[in-house]
Amino acid sequence: MTVSAELELQSFVLLRLGERRFAVRAGQIAELVAPSRIFKFPHRTAQIEGVILRRGRIVPVCDVAETLIGKKLMSRRLYLLAVRHYGAQTEWVALPVTGECELINAEMAAAAESDAPHVAGWLSHAGDVIEVLNVDAITPGPGEMRVESETKGVLEARP
Amino acid sequence: MRVAAPAKSAPTRSEQIIVFRIGSQLFAVSSASVQEVRSSDSFSGASTEISAPGLRKVRHVVRRGDRSLFIVSGALHFDLPPSPGTLAFVLRKTRTALLVDGIEKMTSMTRLQALPQSFCHEERQWYRGLTAIDQTVIPVVHPEGFLSAEELTLLDAAMPPPKNRDGESTEGTVSAA
Repeated sequence: MTVSAELELQSFVLLRLGERRFAVRAGQIAELVAPSRIFKFPHRTAQIEGVILRRGRIVPVCDVAETLIGKKLMSRRLYLLAVRHYGAQTEWVALPVTGECELINAEMAAAAESDAPHVAGWLSHAGDVIEVLNVDAITPGPGEMRVESETKGVLEARP
Repeated sequence: MRVAAPAKSAPTRSEQIIVFRIGSQLFAVSSASVQEVRSSDSFSGASTEISAPGLRKVRHVVRRGDRSLFIVSGALHFDLPPSPGTLAFVLRKTRTALLVDGIEKMTSMTRLQALPQSFCHEERQWYRGLTAIDQTVIPVVHPEGFLSAEELTLLDAAMPPPKNRDGESTEGTVSAA
């Protein structure tokens, strides 16, 4: 392997949702924790299940499986605590996963324009082509509200 | 050798809260924002029915002098299973009397965490934030989050004409703050 090729390798955490594997940049992962009690309370953000308490922090739990594999997770083995950016601010968000996670080094191919917004790129590992997730795009945030209201505005403006 | 004096830690600020229940769900509200706690029965004699389109959570209004106090079902506001609401919290600086099912305890919180930004819908108006009491996470409600300006306008428009203003009962009143 040449030095230039080595420099392009990045670290990723591979996670499993049902039968599929996805990747997140390792720098976006704060911790990997065992499932703990989820505290639920009324709210209207569909993807958020509730919150967990971790080291004194209250962390929202966001089930991304429905978006990524089309169904909710029936069992979960771990929570991946990912760092979610909100402008200059960052917050943790817990992503439930169904299997063991793995840290790998790989080269990422950039996402194409036709890819969904939650795809940050692609990598090849052990014969699989794996989506690298854009945590900011797959978890809800204030942007979702803006998009919703803009969409509503567009729909309302149509004859 | 001079030894540095230990740094004095800033006194922890705490806020008195009432932990209450609607159905099986726990919530908290600052004690300072609760003007009165009344039994909901004590309101029934003084209240008038009201029906604003699309606003099922308010069924009754109580007139207090020139002001109207709208009785909000906490269960319907939060989309919880219907519950009768045995107590009413009259919320200070608002026109809301909130129906709840019971008070769990009065305690203090030393930390209020802002609602994570992943929560991005109406709940941002409902809650001031979240707190952990005895290792349980409880949302702390925003007293002004039960009726929006638009909802108040709808309710004002649906107000029945005033009748006997002297009939309001104060029976069942408990001072809360």
